[in-house]
Amino acid sequence: MLDLRLYMLQRLSALIMVPLTLGHIAVMIYAVQGGLTAEEILGRTQGSLFWFLFYGSFVLAVSLHAAIGLRVIVYETFGLRGTTLVGLTWSIGLLLLGLGTQALVAVTWPGGV
Amino acid sequence: MRPARAHPLWLAFVLHRVSGLALALFLPLHFWVLSWALTQPQKLNQFLSFAEQPIVKIAEFGLIFLLAVHVFGGLRLMAMEWLPWSAPQKTLAAGAIGVAVLISGTFFLQVV
Amino acid sequence: MDADTAPLEVSVWRGDAEGGSFQQFEVPALENQTILDVVSWIQQYADATLTYRFACRVGMCGSCAMMVNGQPRWTCRTHVKKVLRDRHVEIAPLRNLPVIKDLAADMDPFFDKWIAAGGAHRPSASRDDPIPGIDPADGARVEASAGIECINCSICYAACDTVAGNPDYLGPAALQRAWTLLKDAKHEGRSAILDAVSGTGGCHNCHSMGSCTVFCPNDLDPMSAIAGLKRETTRSFFGRRK
Ligand code: SF4
Ligand code: SF4
Ligand code: FES
Repeated sequence: MLDLRLYMLQRLSALIMVPLTLGHIAVMIYAVQGGLTAEEILGRTQGSLFWFLFYGSFVLAVSLHAAIGLRVIVYETFGLRGTTLVGLTWSIGLLLLGLGTQALVAVTWPGGV
Repeated sequence: MRPARAHPLWLAFVLHRVSGLALALFLPLHFWVLSWALTQPQKLNQFLSFAEQPIVKIAEFGLIFLLAVHVFGGLRLMAMEWLPWSAPQKTLAAGAIGVAVLISGTFFLQVV
Repeated sequence: MDADTAPLEVSVWRGDAEGGSFQQFEVPALENQTILDVVSWIQQYADATLTYRFACRVGMCGSCAMMVNGQPRWTCRTHVKKVLRDRHVEIAPLRNLPVIKDLAADMDPFFDKWIAAGGAHRPSASRDDPIPGIDPADGARVEASAGIECINCSICYAACDTVAGNPDYLGPAALQRAWTLLKDAKHEGRSAILDAVSGTGGCHNCHSMGSCTVFCPNDLDPMSAIAGLKRETTRSFFGRRK
């Protein structure tokens, strides 16, 4: 259920996420030393433009990538097609984008909203 | 529905699909918990100390493994599709899993 | 009866588009025997109503493919010894295609997709033009030549799980055909092929699981041909936007 356009979106979002994911894993390996607390996470990320842009592009790319990926799985496994499939793709993408933005704001916005 | 699929590249495909699916399902939970950071930091801290249990650590190790295996498996696919050389795909697929084990293993050693 | 002369126990799919079931036959075991020999023996000596398809018997025509113990195979060149499990073998019509009757699958979707992928040859010159020279060692020609020995047996199509899940997907054989034409200097219309393989059923649906390449009886590599199509369509995607 992928035409050239969705294929390109899928591959480009993947390419963007390669450095982001590796960076994210590196941060986690570093951050989990000695346990995690909310204060520690916020201390690192809150008010930082860098982390806002880092995780902002991550959230955007992953919403796109997961929506297209799940669309293919749902189509090939359950045979969903047409407007239902398009609607589902968009719902998944927007849901992830919404939740992701909420999390992004919570951990990077200066002093909270 | 059952021609012998148990050949290396088919298994690599399944691994890529299963890891992608698992990560996509994990993501909303991850976002939701993180969003407590601002509104309910004490709840987040409760969760984080709950996450100190060994069983959760093992689950985290699994997640990192899935993430790494999806990234390197995806890199293998894009290399195969876009680079005009035909490297031994089976070796590359195995290599992707190897790197994922290495990375998630490093993570695991840090948390224990 | 000792083990060598004990008959083969053969399960053969009987039915049509509506459904069906396996029927058991006992077939004399021979020293040298292919699956097609077994099916022919049943049709000639046990049940004349058994329907199946073959022509050349030597792996040239691509008409005899069936599922043997769940795997797609060319039956005229599959020796019984190689696939026998405890004297038992199961023979069914090719996967991923409608059944006409018994072991004869309906090949129409397979060839319709072959055309839909741009598989019909369009000459770049007429009979009045001089014949252009083709260098067999030329890079593009080498890539085209790698895929032209396809006998259209549909074994790769039956092996592909993406075809199973996605009825629009053009499938490995049709896409490989498109790839060989794309690399053929005597074929007219590159962009028509690239468009034909870029739709909702096109090459971008392939998951590179490689079952096509594993099962192709002629050792062709449709998976890599499809990767080539992805590469060329990606290139033209950026080309168009430049
Ligand atoms: S590589 Fe592509 S065409 Fe071949 S079996 Fe896999 S999905 Fe099908
Ligand atoms: S590519 Fe191989 S398996 Fe597929 S139709 Fe051609 S000869 Fe048969
Ligand atoms: S009968 Fe022609 S390929 Fe088997």
